[in-house]
Amino acid sequence: MTAVPQTLSEGTKSKAGTSTLSRVARFAVIRLVTLFITVVIGVFLTIMIANMGGYVDEIMRSEIRERTIMRVAAMTANQEVTPEMRKKLTEDMIKLEEKRLGLDTPFMVRAFRYLGNALQLNLGRAVNMISDSGSRSVRAIILERLPATLLLMGTSELILFFSSVFIALSLSRNYGSIWDKIVIALSPTSAAPPWFYGIFFILIFAALLKILPFGGMVDAPPPTNPVEYTLSLLKHLILPGASLIFSSLFLSIYNWRTFFLIYSSEDYVEMAKAKGLASRDIERRYILRPTLPTIITNFALLVISLWTGATITETVFLWPGLGRTLYQAIGLYDTPVIVGSTIIYAYLLAVTVFILDFVYALVDPRVKVGGSGQ
Amino acid sequence: MNKLKDTIRDILYYPSAIAGAIIILLLIALAIYAMIKIPYSEAIRLWRGGEEVWYQNPKTAPPSWYNLFLAKKQPVSFAVKSGDTEGSLLKKVTPGKEDTASIDFTYSFDFNYDEFPQEMMVYFTSTFQSKQPFVSIYLITPDERKIRISDFGLNAKQNFRFSQDEKLIKRLKTENVMVALFSVPKSDPPVPLKGTYQLVINGVTFEKGSDINAEFVFHGKVFGLAGTDISRRDLMVPLLWGAPIALAFGLLAALGTAVLTMIIAAIGAWYGGWVDDLIQRITEINLVLPFLAILIMVGTFYNRSIWTILGVTVLLSIFTGSIKSYRAIFMQVKESTYIEAARAYGASNIRIIFTYLIPRIIPLLIPTLVSSVPSYVFLEASLAVLGLGDPVLPTWGKIINDAEMNGALYKGWYYWIIEPAVLLMVTGLGFAMLGFALDRIFNPKLRGL
Repeated sequence: MTAVPQTLSEGTKSKAGTSTLSRVARFAVIRLVTLFITVVIGVFLTIMIANMGGYVDEIMRSEIRERTIMRVAAMTANQEVTPEMRKKLTEDMIKLEEKRLGLDTPFMVRAFRYLGNALQLNLGRAVNMISDSGSRSVRAIILERLPATLLLMGTSELILFFSSVFIALSLSRNYGSIWDKIVIALSPTSAAPPWFYGIFFILIFAALLKILPFGGMVDAPPPTNPVEYTLSLLKHLILPGASLIFSSLFLSIYNWRTFFLIYSSEDYVEMAKAKGLASRDIERRYILRPTLPTIITNFALLVISLWTGATITETVFLWPGLGRTLYQAIGLYDTPVIVGSTIIYAYLLAVTVFILDFVYALVDPRVKVGGSGQ
Repeated sequence: MNKLKDTIRDILYYPSAIAGAIIILLLIALAIYAMIKIPYSEAIRLWRGGEEVWYQNPKTAPPSWYNLFLAKKQPVSFAVKSGDTEGSLLKKVTPGKEDTASIDFTYSFDFNYDEFPQEMMVYFTSTFQSKQPFVSIYLITPDERKIRISDFGLNAKQNFRFSQDEKLIKRLKTENVMVALFSVPKSDPPVPLKGTYQLVINGVTFEKGSDINAEFVFHGKVFGLAGTDISRRDLMVPLLWGAPIALAFGLLAALGTAVLTMIIAAIGAWYGGWVDDLIQRITEINLVLPFLAILIMVGTFYNRSIWTILGVTVLLSIFTGSIKSYRAIFMQVKESTYIEAARAYGASNIRIIFTYLIPRIIPLLIPTLVSSVPSYVFLEASLAVLGLGDPVLPTWGKIINDAEMNGALYKGWYYWIIEPAVLLMVTGLGFAMLGFALDRIFNPKLRGL
């Protein structure tokens, strides 16, 4: 139940005797290699799933065929063309289109070529999706949606994180108080996901009270004045942001509170209290300090989770973010976009995990980089 | 036995646990009631049925209990058939000369509402050889006016809609037939005339063995206990059937994930070596995979059946952070002396894993299991809201999705979203409350916090 630090670190056994530097370097190399292999396998699996092992090819082939037949029929409607010529034209166009999408090479070859490109962050071109600026490049599509997601997820997750940590800290110092009991009583409300509260918020504030918009990111048409634009943006941000925060606020406070409480019942905290230290000092030096690795881990994982966006909340609020784009990409069988989003997430996760291993050693003197972990 | 008693006593100490347990029991009762009241095949038939199944219901009518809170009472829908026993459309046959017969139907109903009905219809079925029977329809208002509605010859099957009869519209000099029929004469704006109305249908048959039957359908503005959706379906069916499906999905997914995670963690911890390494690596790879995106892909490309989704959910949920925490506990337990003793007497690996290792962790498992149920219940609803719900089964999430697709929030059909949402919320709260309390009981670190 408590927020347990989720480290991917396994710790490689290294015999003592070598210098610290070579130990750290050895650890870093092994860690990087394992993480890279993990990312490769993860991305390859995503490619396979996003293509359903080649099944999506079949769907796309039949779609191309149907579309081309229609096009040829429309093109030749007013011309005298023999059925053979029409057939030849159709087949040629199908071949061209399949070549454009790379469907002429076998699936497995493509899958590996694709994996290579993806690992080099060479994200390629989308099959069906087009960015608002008219580009087919996956990079353009993702970059276009990133600000919207960062705005929504960034604001709400940061508010959520810091408010829950600080509220939890103060609750853990006065536990048993009425506020503490209220938070405990309300923590089961986090069983429902953000979109669920989103619907209620829309119902109350948009439909009944009519004070906030139903969804979208700015008014239509967007205001030209930058001040009005920002205000309109903020107005649209309130409901989705509030539902993201509300749906996990109480559980998050509860978890952090319990976590801090476990640490504040340690002997050294009792000792500090007995010495008569101010409670601020106790909080800072004796509770926050040993819990710092966990707090950092959670914060880091939170930051990279921003990348995935909140698919369903964005869909419910018609927020043009990455999560909704991913969902649309799946609906359009647009594998490059799906894989592009996954590979960036995988890289971010791997890098974060790698850095965290070193950060632990920095903030927690009990942890030794590359030391025998368990 | 004593331990169980202690546990139960502990649970009774937490009011939220009792409330949670009561909610869960009520939900189980609701699920059983739903399955007995509407058998599976019948539920599917009703849920997938169109106009021919649901013609008796008005469109998007809120539930009848809305009237309790409204100052202006909305007319309640009903339908009566000739031949039904109680409160039915009264049928009287009087034989005339030369094989003719007059068949009269009368039905009196109270109309004490402040709004006008949506529509009224009469569905006729008749049997005859060559000479069509003939009917005339009248409505007698509380102030004793007898309004001629229409008269026509009957086919074997014929329905008559009051609002769509051109002649009636012309005769009443109005656009809205319902308002004209049910208002106080010459009132402006029209005020409904309250009292007992009587529908009279006078039929004549011209052959031996010829017969007429009629069904009078009154589309009010509220319907039943749950209301109806845009395709006239009674929301009671999916609301009731949502309970067993949500419980089955939530419990199976939670149980499957928890049990498999536990077994795999135990095997990894016990055998160690490459088995353990493999499990660790799979867990790390699984962290990279986008969970929701994969579920959406499976739903879009492959199969939207709830059982496929359940299987994929369980598969993806096994190798997560919890396998690491279980493993850590098993690593400790592995070093206990009783395990050494078991090894010494020659217990097999399987025996040690299943009878010595796993039972130790069950107290920890139960709270996790109970509190993970809501997330799976909501996962199913989330997928349904994305339009990836099971195409056949009626679920709460599908109701919300239908409502969203039809703009229920914009058009003010709030009951359509609130009813399934409240049930989802209650389910989630029930399991979460019980799970939290169990967590505090079984987890010694949290005891007293």
